[in-house]
Amino acid sequence: MYNFDVVKPERIADAVKELSDSSESQPLGGGQTLIPTLKQRLASPDKLVSLSAIPEMKGVCAGDDGSVCIGGATTHATVAAEASAYPALAATAAHIGDPAVRNRGTIGGSLANNDPSACYPAAALASGATIVTNAREIAADDYFQGMFTTALDEGEIITEVRFPVPEKANYQKFVQPASRFALVGVYVAKYADGVRVAITGASNDGVFRWAEAEAALSANFSADALDGLSLSGDDMISDLHGTGAYRAHLCAVMTKRAVAAAA
Amino acid sequence: MPKDGGIGASSKRREDVRFLTGVGNYTDDINVNGQAYVYFLRSDMAHGTLNSVDTSAASAMPGVVRVFTATDFEGVGSIPCGWQVTDKHGAPMQEPAHPVLATGKVRHVGEPIAAVVAETLEQARDAAEAIVVDITELPAVVDMKAALASGATKVHDDLENNLCYDWGFVEENKAATDAAFEAAAHVTTLELVNNRLVANPMEPRVAVGDYSRGTDEHTLYTTSQNPHVIRLLMGAFVLGIPEHKLRVVAPDVGGGFGTKIFHYQEEAFCTFAAKACNRAVKWTSSRTEAFISDAHGRDHVTKIELALDAENNFTALRTETHANMGAYLSTFAPSVPTWLHGTLMAGNYKTPLIYVNVKAVFTNTVPVDAYRGAGRPEATFQLERVVDKAARELGVDPIALRRQNFITEFPYATPVAVEYDTGDYHATMDKLEEMIDRSGFDARRAESEKNGKLRGLGVNCYIEACGIAPSNLVGQLGARAGLYESATVRVNATGGLVVMTGSHSHGQGHETSFAQVVAEMIGIDENMIEIVHGDTSKVPMGMGTYGSRSIAVGGSAMVRATEKIINKAKKIASHLLEASEADIELKDGAFSVAGTDKSVAWGDVTLAAYVPHNYPLEDIEPGLEETAFYDPSNFTYPSGAYACEVEVDPDTGKVSIERFAAADDFGNIINPMIVTGQVHGGLAQGIGQALLENCAYDENGQLLSASYMEYAMPRADDLPMFDVDHSCQTPCTHNPLGVKGCGEAGAIGSPPAVVNAVVDALQSAGKDVTHVDMPLSPDRVWEAMQ
Ligand SMILES: Cc1cc2nc3c(=O)[nH]c(=O)nc-3n(C[C@H](O)[C@H](O)[C@H](O)COP(=O)(O)OP(=O)(O)OC[C@H]3O[C@@H](n4cnc5c(N)ncnc54)[C@H](O)[C@@H]3O)c2cc1C
Repeated sequence: MYNFDVVKPERIADAVKELSDSSESQPLGGGQTLIPTLKQRLASPDKLVSLSAIPEMKGVCAGDDGSVCIGGATTHATVAAEASAYPALAATAAHIGDPAVRNRGTIGGSLANNDPSACYPAAALASGATIVTNAREIAADDYFQGMFTTALDEGEIITEVRFPVPEKANYQKFVQPASRFALVGVYVAKYADGVRVAITGASNDGVFRWAEAEAALSANFSADALDGLSLSGDDMISDLHGTGAYRAHLCAVMTKRAVAAAA
Repeated sequence: MPKDGGIGASSKRREDVRFLTGVGNYTDDINVNGQAYVYFLRSDMAHGTLNSVDTSAASAMPGVVRVFTATDFEGVGSIPCGWQVTDKHGAPMQEPAHPVLATGKVRHVGEPIAAVVAETLEQARDAAEAIVVDITELPAVVDMKAALASGATKVHDDLENNLCYDWGFVEENKAATDAAFEAAAHVTTLELVNNRLVANPMEPRVAVGDYSRGTDEHTLYTTSQNPHVIRLLMGAFVLGIPEHKLRVVAPDVGGGFGTKIFHYQEEAFCTFAAKACNRAVKWTSSRTEAFISDAHGRDHVTKIELALDAENNFTALRTETHANMGAYLSTFAPSVPTWLHGTLMAGNYKTPLIYVNVKAVFTNTVPVDAYRGAGRPEATFQLERVVDKAARELGVDPIALRRQNFITEFPYATPVAVEYDTGDYHATMDKLEEMIDRSGFDARRAESEKNGKLRGLGVNCYIEACGIAPSNLVGQLGARAGLYESATVRVNATGGLVVMTGSHSHGQGHETSFAQVVAEMIGIDENMIEIVHGDTSKVPMGMGTYGSRSIAVGGSAMVRATEKIINKAKKIASHLLEASEADIELKDGAFSVAGTDKSVAWGDVTLAAYVPHNYPLEDIEPGLEETAFYDPSNFTYPSGAYACEVEVDPDTGKVSIERFAAADDFGNIINPMIVTGQVHGGLAQGIGQALLENCAYDENGQLLSASYMEYAMPRADDLPMFDVDHSCQTPCTHNPLGVKGCGEAGAIGSPPAVVNAVVDALQSAGKDVTHVDMPLSPDRVWEAMQ
């Protein structure tokens, strides 16, 4: 690691100020992605602004509209334990990484990082979540902009994520054998006004929605409705763990399984 | 009745108390007053010409003690190779120089180019970033077959080509073997890959070099399986330090699996730099460094052919293997695809004619050497796969085909130069069949099918050669070392004793099982015995632990030394009891005169040895300390039969192991619990190879699987509960304990069982799949089904 300072503000406004004081500063969530990056000397911030001491960014609560609101610095373990109003989301959080990762890693860190194989981006996109920052509210459809790329501006902090609760939902994660991130993960959420399907792990452009599947499932929410639908593997990730064609195949398999399991 | 002590008892592992309570003493726990830290600047390029290394800026950085490059090592020896293989024309292998720091060229990603010694590790890293290296990139040699094409880029410019050796075994059998293939009623052919692996011991490598100007003595603390071997190789061949000025200590070591046998550059560097800097120098490998600097394992590409007559008897076997050596010859690399592999090709079968050809190839990859099983997993995998394939082609039961061809008479001289002393392959297969409830398989398969899964059953046998090895034999085969073992037994005045063994324990539990043997021999409590290992200043010159040799060779040396102790103690007892020595019996820790009630306790005899007031001084010396060196007369040949049941998800290709059974014959057993644990660990690594582990390079020589994000280690939830049995015991005929060794069996025997099972599952669904290369990751299995 290179040397850096750490500050631990207790209010969002102070965190924003600390971040704007220096262009080389960076927010620190659970550190599960950032700390390994620093250890490998792949980043050299001069200051880390820890978000873990800001009470208003932590915890799970119910919004006035019935949505589940999760503070940006809430750990995966807390979501798994407390988001019982949205069981599919709690189950998704419960299968991220291992207990150590879940006890440190945060939803804000995961969404800010937007790893192409991460789980929360699929949950947020399929749920049509709202990403709330210190400055604005961003619809999930506008937020994810490709692998490791989001709508966040420099120094902008995710303070909260609001999930409308669907009638039925399920996340199917087919794990990459080494990292156990999603080789392909499919999140299906059925709302009164239609079905949303978001897929992580597969595409070179990061998390995406599968429009054909959404249309078919909105008409008929059953695995059979997906018969004959497939995605092309051409633009999908091809690596040691599978070709684009294999990933495309898994997208269809996991979507069916998610529909069958949705509750 | 299970025993509660001595040979055959499942004594709890005494060393685990310190390991599990965090008070072990690993190399990284050793800190020498005033030590500095080294950081190695490693090549990120697979192959290139090293034009210049400018360290001027780095040397001026804060905290830097000294920056080293190849020029500092002029006059220092090459890292030696411990085994010379002779090719099929009688010529010695091509053997390149292996410098401590890259000289002239870099030859693999991870090769150290320069080393910064500084007050702190972070300062050393900072300074390493300021080193300016000018390299002209050269095409990387990665694929073995392409490496042998004429005109291929050479890894070593001073060698003729990239062929280390072309080995034929047994060359005299080649023509007869070819003729047998001409005459065969059926020939089964299989081409396969034995995937490259990274050993990944939990503890990464560490080296601490220390030097005393006052006495001119060097000490190296290192994560080694064999400190005396390191002392000899490094002292005599690299740094020119005589043994009496060089102490090598390998304290608690957190797993080795072969990769800590070898002498590595970092050890020589720290020893050298400690004197050059006049202060201790410490290196602790990061996990990332481990991936690109620990010797890798396996990496064979093989074509195997099996000839059968009309009655399905095996008549001949022929193999052609390309074995990857990597960029340099690691300590025992040349022996692995040859003498540890070719000699095992008979397996459990009486195939009369065998010819093995191995081409060892240099590539721009990390050196490859022994990894748990070393050569024997490669032999077993190809043999047991081709036998399985033959059974399927012939439409006969794979177990029946094996049984029909089993060796049943012992001793048995194979056509590949070894003689099996004993074994009973039908017995382990009988046991296995009993364990796996074969008759219930169809019902289990039907149940799986109901759940949309394909179920498969795979069975295989294995034989391995352990207890390495008769020194005169391996000398003829090219070993540059003897492979005896040593032990000193020091009895203290009050009766406790210390065994100083040349074997090294890095997880095997020697401190427990070795003590059980001595406790049994003398009839005293195990807690009176301390096992000391891993320090050249305490232990007589020994060869260390690998090749499942510890109990068979190290244990035998300990038995011999203990016998000497008992003989001398009997002399003392006969004096004390005023009886004839021939009448003295040792039982339950007391010496008695046969047929009388006269006896003297063990402790009285040991006290007399050191307080020789009433003592036969005219006949024997005082004291009770004996040393023995034991050189085995043959290898030992553990064998067994393994079965694996898998479920394959046809939609995703994911394989899950539902059942795994292992019936092993390890000869006599000292501690059944430890043996079971060794088998469990071996199975985990074998299943890891079969399903998960994949050390892969791209065409530029970049390691694609250089971290746990990409390299899949087996985890507990990847594995089923193992069903392990070692009740079939044909004791080894040539060592005093009748033991064979159990450390590698699991890793040797399990990969073919897994692959045989997956092929069975896929064929049950009508898929025309005869082989899938390891690891059988979901994508590969799915692709095989398309
Ligand atoms: C072993 C392991 C296994 C894992 N497995 C999975 C898995 O299966 N599925 C999965 O989805 N993830 C997995 N992860 C990733 C894990 O979920 C991380 O927690 C997550 O990627 C980052 O969250 P964090 O809070 O640790 O963020 P940090 O590492 O602290 O930060 C990550 C990035 O986000 C920024 N940041 C952090 N918080 C905020 C915020 N509130 N607003 C704006 N920017 C912010 C940081 O500046 C940094 O750039 C795994 C991680 C590890 C180490």
